[in-house]
Amino acid sequence: MTAIEPTPATVRKMPSKWTRLRQSDLWWSFTHHPSAIIAAILLLVLIFSAFLAPWFTVQNPYDLASLDLLNAEIPPIWMADGQWPFILGTDVQGRDLLSAILYGSRASIIIGAASVAVSLVIGSTLGLIAGYHGKWADSLLMRAGDVLLSMPTMLIAILVSALARQMLPPYLREAGASGVIVFAISLSAWVQYARTVRAQTMVERNKEYVQAARLIRVPTWRIMLKHILPNTTTPLLVTATLNFGLGILIEATLSFLGVGMPPEQPSLGTLIRIGNQYLFSGLWWIVLFPGLQLCLLVVSINVLGDWLRDALNPKLR
Amino acid sequence: MLAFLIKRIGNAVLVMLTVAFFAFLIFRFLGDPVEMMVNESATQSDRDELRARLGLNEGFLVQYVRFVGNAAQGEFGLSWRNQQSVIGLIAERFPATFELVIIATLLSLAIGIPLGVFTAIGRGRWWAESLQFGSIIGVSLPSFLVGILLILIFSVSLGWLPGYGRGDVVNLGWWSTGLLTQSGRAAVVLPSLSLSLFQITLVMRLVRAEMLETLRADFIKFARARGVRRRALWFRHALKNCLMPVVTLTAMQVGNLIAFALVTETVFQWPGMGMLFMQAVTFVDIPVMAAYLCIVSFIFVTLNTFVDIAYAVIDPRLRAA
Amino acid sequence: MQFKRILATGAALLALSLPAMAGTLKWGASRDISSLDPYSYGDSFALGVLNHSYEGLMRYDRNLKIEPALAASYEIISPTTWRFKLREGVKFHNGADFTAEDVQASLLRATNPKSPLRGNIPAYKGSRVIDEHTIEIDVSANYPLLLNDLTTIYIFDAGWLKENNAEAPTDVGSGTEGYATYHENGTGPFKVESRQPDAKTVFVKYDGWWDKPQHNIDRIELTPIASSATRVAALLSGDIDFTDQAPVQDLPRLEAASGQVKLLEGTDLRTVMIGFSQRDQLLSGAPNPMKDLRVRQAMQLAIDLDLIQKRVMRGKSRNAGALVAPLIPGYDAAIDVPVKADPEKAKALLKEAGAEGFEFEFNCADTLVNEEQVCQAVASMWSRVGLKPKLDQGPRAVQTPKRSAGKVDVYTLGWATLPMLDTYSLTSQVLHTKEGSFGIFNWGGWSDKEFDKVTEASAVELDRTKRLALEAQSLKIAKDHALMIPLHQQPLAWATSAKVADFPLFSDNLPRLWLVKM
Repeated sequence: MTAIEPTPATVRKMPSKWTRLRQSDLWWSFTHHPSAIIAAILLLVLIFSAFLAPWFTVQNPYDLASLDLLNAEIPPIWMADGQWPFILGTDVQGRDLLSAILYGSRASIIIGAASVAVSLVIGSTLGLIAGYHGKWADSLLMRAGDVLLSMPTMLIAILVSALARQMLPPYLREAGASGVIVFAISLSAWVQYARTVRAQTMVERNKEYVQAARLIRVPTWRIMLKHILPNTTTPLLVTATLNFGLGILIEATLSFLGVGMPPEQPSLGTLIRIGNQYLFSGLWWIVLFPGLQLCLLVVSINVLGDWLRDALNPKLR
Repeated sequence: MLAFLIKRIGNAVLVMLTVAFFAFLIFRFLGDPVEMMVNESATQSDRDELRARLGLNEGFLVQYVRFVGNAAQGEFGLSWRNQQSVIGLIAERFPATFELVIIATLLSLAIGIPLGVFTAIGRGRWWAESLQFGSIIGVSLPSFLVGILLILIFSVSLGWLPGYGRGDVVNLGWWSTGLLTQSGRAAVVLPSLSLSLFQITLVMRLVRAEMLETLRADFIKFARARGVRRRALWFRHALKNCLMPVVTLTAMQVGNLIAFALVTETVFQWPGMGMLFMQAVTFVDIPVMAAYLCIVSFIFVTLNTFVDIAYAVIDPRLRAA
Repeated sequence: MQFKRILATGAALLALSLPAMAGTLKWGASRDISSLDPYSYGDSFALGVLNHSYEGLMRYDRNLKIEPALAASYEIISPTTWRFKLREGVKFHNGADFTAEDVQASLLRATNPKSPLRGNIPAYKGSRVIDEHTIEIDVSANYPLLLNDLTTIYIFDAGWLKENNAEAPTDVGSGTEGYATYHENGTGPFKVESRQPDAKTVFVKYDGWWDKPQHNIDRIELTPIASSATRVAALLSGDIDFTDQAPVQDLPRLEAASGQVKLLEGTDLRTVMIGFSQRDQLLSGAPNPMKDLRVRQAMQLAIDLDLIQKRVMRGKSRNAGALVAPLIPGYDAAIDVPVKADPEKAKALLKEAGAEGFEFEFNCADTLVNEEQVCQAVASMWSRVGLKPKLDQGPRAVQTPKRSAGKVDVYTLGWATLPMLDTYSLTSQVLHTKEGSFGIFNWGGWSDKEFDKVTEASAVELDRTKRLALEAQSLKIAKDHALMIPLHQQPLAWATSAKVADFPLFSDNLPRLWLVKM
């Protein structure tokens, strides 16, 4: 498609990566889309604040010993009863809401990214093998994909998450909670990557350069990784970005339904679930701020994904 | 054509058998039914006797075949929680979910198509672009949050619309409908709105993309040159052209909506299949979970197969695929 | 002029007929009953709801005292035989006469090996029909609490059961549904008109009730509304007239709306407590330090009951020092002194016992008032004295199998002594060594010879004063050994709309709508 392997003749002096990026079409498109720029900046701020949270938040909301019921239900700082240092107020356990939101975002981002990584690696490996090898490997993969896609993603995630948590031995339950969610999301997400890579591989497999590589006995794995895989990056990038946002949404939904992150390690969805019980009691901030953070996170990712899809789509150029 | 039909249906059956296999695994190995059913003081021989009575001593394959055989006849046993036949429970809840999903679908078409048309013909104008941008926010909002906000605003604060339940229902044979009563119609507004939000943006973006594509096509340019009025062009020619993909999308999305109704029904206490499933998850009511999985997948697979076949009927070139 | 008069009369008539029409009570509960069959699930809430349609030989009156219901009188003819004279002229909702045959069939059904209600009448041995309105019930030993047990053994019509093949309780294993799951035929003040599970169950007044109705309700509509915020909104908007679960955190708001809503507050009989595993090993395989009395005491000293009462329970609960509520027979005020928090002493005790910073699982369910919050608060207080609790929170159905299999380190328990309403329910079921029908809820595996002896002695003591003294002695032993940590008696908060005139509050948290005036 767009990326063409440089032939040795054209490679004289490779410009630095930064310069190459600056000169690329993608960069041009990026600088001409204000919404993409804003979304990128916002996303960076959200990610950095989430990961640097341990260094500047007033407490570790996951450490039960740092919570004090005496500090419970303090409203945000600008309200009459607000108290320093609880800028966004506290929840019903005396957890500083800002800290909880940042730690929760970190959990959400890690789970979203991990589920993309896991499904991307598994999906593209299987897709490559199926597309290149064909025959039984291909039909096995396609049937497996059919089965998984015949059950709605959300349903699989809820089912797997609810059942797996029960089967985990007790000492793993706390540590394993996020792993279970990643597994539950990836279980059906890999199919999309596998299908994309498979289709591309089947096209590339018969192209002359691959035939040539085969003739000179380049090992199969090398052909797959070095020659075919790079051609699939563009569509994969778009899918991965959009699935990153989707992963965060599914995690939040699972936690909201009570089959996701446990209450002592609250993610954004868990905070909203707990806050929902107090919606009528005047404690609006427990729902509002985590909800807002969740929306900001997913919107910025989706705006980027949307821009990326348009920018990489040759039809829309 | 016949070969294609057989192949497509065979494929669907294979998928369903595999889904049933997973459902069976859940049913058989997660949560020992015996431990759930006996009382705490039961002796070992009580347990063994129940195990034999339930046929849990037989071979794995025999049990699977029986599970599939029963499932095909809609026989999923009794719910552990309600002691009612699982299929009866699901059938009882089905109309509620179906009405919710259908209304959400209609809403998504009624709102999504016009929005899609406007954003397409207004491309480049600020209002169209901000609508297009708004649609990204639409797909990014978690549906449970939307539900909570709708309840908070329209039900708790303003008190305009009920935020739970289905209102009064009328029974027409085995079908119960809430659409014939005032309270039933009021009750369906918020949940269907919350369920359809995602779908609205999906339809809108599809219509916009298709419209833009069509407006660039030659026949539109010729029509334009012939002096066909713009309005007629948009609605009679261009829109007609993009209805097929919209119908396809809608049909394929019904299954997803049923799955997403899980969340909506939980938030709005809508007594449908999704709420039944979530309660089953809470109570570890394995027969209901297994049956729900089978039935939702069945609806999903049937719809997809039907869409595929319909396409093949319309477009013979697809039959080879 | 004439015309106007007619109109006015019409309006007056209409106004007169309105109160009768308004006799509908809409009840918004936090959950639904799972079946119409009282013998399908031994759960207090469902039994309480179904008590509107089904009745036992005995029942609780307005003051939670036992009074005869379907029985007219009883006498104890030998230590192990009770004779009941049945009420005459009682008719079931289907018109059948109530006789001794019905009582026998119901007792058989309740004590069937498949019945989850079997534990509600543990001493039952057999019964004999003497004549149409007399029956004798045999119990295993001297057993003072048979009358309490009989309040939840509801009476079915024998003929109806036989006709519909429902003489045994529904067996989930058999795969066939029970008739009584969907149909109701009791003798109670209301009969079931229709039911849509998880949406609405409608009861209507039964005109042929044997008792003189004190209520003026024609119709009860039971709607489950799980979300507490929605339930409160429904009450404020008049969608429901009554809820038996007004969330404690919303009480100020309900109080503020005093024109529309009446609050009924009290203290539940249910005592919330924390229990410990007494096995040699924890779940993790490490040796169990909680076998040491000092460790249990330290864990008790670490908990600040006042803070939980003030914050989590919004000042509505009652801090407990004993394991039963004051209203329960066997209660002793001398024991009921809440332990004051002393984190420093707790740390010292832990150090002394060499159990600093040990890790354990804390098993919590979701059925008690604000249980999730209580558990987190307690876990956080333990963390502050250096312990490492691992919270395992889940729905009751998930947690109960683990608990009854003894797969817990530390766990919560709410015990209201229902349906017996006597300390013996706690001592025999929760604290007695697990053997035979004793200690079914003794999840920690505690066993103490002395305690068992005193408890068993109280079971066969027919002299009430002596029996209560023995029960108090059991409670004292439990307290001295810090067997379980009592936290509080839960708040009880019901709320009704202004149109309800008289609504008696019951501290067992079961509404009895046949005593309600609108």
